[in-house]
Amino acid sequence: MSNSEPTGSATERSTAMRNTSEIVKASVKKRYARETRFRLFGLIAILASLSFLAMLIITISIKGYPAFTQTFMQLEVILDADTLGLDENPDVSQLLKANYSGAIKKSLLQTFPDVKKRKDKKALYKLISKGGQYDLQKKVIAAPELIGQTMTVWLPVGDDVNSYMKGIVDVNLPEKKRRFKDNQIGWIESLKSDNRISQRFNRTFFERGDSREPEMAGIKGALFGTMLTLVVTLVLSFPIAVAAAVYLEEFAPRNRWTDLIEVNINNLAAVPSIVFGLLGLAVFINFFHLPRSAPLVGGLVLSLMTLPTIIISSRAALKSVPPSIRDAALGLGASKLQVVIHHVLPLAMPGILTGTIIGMAQALGETAPLLMIGMVAFIVDVPTAVTDPATVLPVQIFQWADLPEKGFVEKTSAAIMVLLAFLILMNAVAVYLRRKFERKW
Amino acid sequence: MNLDQEQPQEQTIEEIVASLGDTVGEARVDNPKMTCTGVDVFYADKQAIFGVDLDIGANEVLSMIGPSGCGKSTLLRCLNRMNDTIPICKVTGQLTLDGEDIYGKQTDPVLLRARVGMVFQKPNPFPKSIYENVAYGPRLHGLSRNKADLDDIVVTSLRKAGIYNEVKDRLDQPGTGLSGGQQQRLCIARTIACSPEVILMDEPCSALDPIATAKIEELIDELRENYSIAIVTHSMQQAARVSQRTAYFHLGKLVEVGDTDTIFTNPRHELTENYITGRFG
Repeated sequence: MSNSEPTGSATERSTAMRNTSEIVKASVKKRYARETRFRLFGLIAILASLSFLAMLIITISIKGYPAFTQTFMQLEVILDADTLGLDENPDVSQLLKANYSGAIKKSLLQTFPDVKKRKDKKALYKLISKGGQYDLQKKVIAAPELIGQTMTVWLPVGDDVNSYMKGIVDVNLPEKKRRFKDNQIGWIESLKSDNRISQRFNRTFFERGDSREPEMAGIKGALFGTMLTLVVTLVLSFPIAVAAAVYLEEFAPRNRWTDLIEVNINNLAAVPSIVFGLLGLAVFINFFHLPRSAPLVGGLVLSLMTLPTIIISSRAALKSVPPSIRDAALGLGASKLQVVIHHVLPLAMPGILTGTIIGMAQALGETAPLLMIGMVAFIVDVPTAVTDPATVLPVQIFQWADLPEKGFVEKTSAAIMVLLAFLILMNAVAVYLRRKFERKW
Repeated sequence: MNLDQEQPQEQTIEEIVASLGDTVGEARVDNPKMTCTGVDVFYADKQAIFGVDLDIGANEVLSMIGPSGCGKSTLLRCLNRMNDTIPICKVTGQLTLDGEDIYGKQTDPVLLRARVGMVFQKPNPFPKSIYENVAYGPRLHGLSRNKADLDDIVVTSLRKAGIYNEVKDRLDQPGTGLSGGQQQRLCIARTIACSPEVILMDEPCSALDPIATAKIEELIDELRENYSIAIVTHSMQQAARVSQRTAYFHLGKLVEVGDTDTIFTNPRHELTENYITGRFG
């Protein structure tokens, strides 16, 4: 370029060259700008999704946190046989039927001797949870020699007291507008100054099944129901799906029938889950007469739902195993089945497990199909077998969210937290297994 | 326009193949290990191999050369029925191993592949330890009575493949962690461990550097004492170095076959001459 007298053709060439480099330079700038913009969009997307996630977790934690504490009240209960309605030397069946709520009411009246009016008495009785009598019953059955004596017990308080102790009740509202009245506040404050009120970790929540009283309602029933249902789902869907995927991918001939099956599997993955619920109701309950509300039926229905998901991802995982490995094993004289079991399946396992965990997570959060097969019933007992009536976590959340009592609002959020914790635990197991199966190339 | 001039008349592959005439040279040997007689291979409607007659002699290295897509790999894969895995592939004609029909109803492909081992173009060790890679075949066929026996087979195979000294301290490490040349020799060791009678090699050195290639060629020469070997290669020098007989393929037709020395010094067919002198693209 700096030549003083370049020949004509050389000038032309250098001009053309300069043009090219200038054009490229200009376009390079544009390309980089585009790349920067694209990266920015990606970053914004990540930040947005992270903030949504944080919002979800924070609101649920704030709302659900109070559910993990519970208020107890110390009472001196006089266990005289008259109030309890017992004979001398009562047996267990009598002890079970004894009037514990009467004894509790009596001791409440003794604590506050000023209360005379019927209406006030009723308000006073509400301080102790209806579940308190069962706690007392347990204690008396464990130590029947205490009958006739005075027993100091800590009993769970009623829903309103619970809310008040957690600061959820707005005391500044006029009395008429709140459920927790001034006289009740007075009693609680006096008990508090006597150190007869204590807030503890809410073990009831983890040790009991559902209840109509929010302070006595626990998650254990739903948690066990979920576990049993998911075990049934996993035991059914994993082997069936893997076997189906292996057959379709490794053994089945490619023809119109396998194409048809493939299209159907892909379509099944997109079928709304409530349809599977209706199918379960028609087939498993009405035709096979399996028990209603049972984790067995729930697991069967959820298996139908998760099967396509696992099959599709398993097939993708099997397809991604390099053909050179199959050739190597076949060339050594392995049979087709040996190739699959020794080499292809272990190599595809991480992908299969990923698909399985996606399917299981779907099953864990599913409500609609379970409503159809009666897992929405109010069930107090904790299920111990797959044929026991049970409910599952999402259905429990759905039910609690529908109830008017204040205590159930926090229980709902707490149940969501338990559900999320369960999900994280499940994912952690899957990640661990995936790591174990992963091989370096 | 230029393209039109290069192809003055439309010729089907069948017509070209017919114009090539009969195979030149000696397709048969005195003591054949494997034989092919009138072998045709079809991929769906497309014919890939046209009436090939060819023998692989005992304790001989046969190299198969020819331009890409001429069917040498296809024929090689017929010899241990690896083509069975391709559903659209159809083989007609007769192929024998020790006089037994390979494609006969009596023959079990699994047993056949134990007798006719194969080394592939790309090194493909299993993502397992070096030991497991070699032990896989013997274990599969139950060739060892106990652990010591198996250890012995593994060590002998690795020795024969000339890789034992390089890996003896790390038999428990993944075979995929070795270099390309080592991986290929591991694959050869894996094939030898099944004690096959014939070893088929499909361009075993195409992904390797000259030093690794030299080692493998040396190995092939040693292996000839105990095995029959058929090797597909794109390197004419390699064919000249390692093989006793050479077969030249063109468009699915065996054009010329004979002693390697004769083929390379005095080719009889025009196409063979063009190919080995590099005039053919």
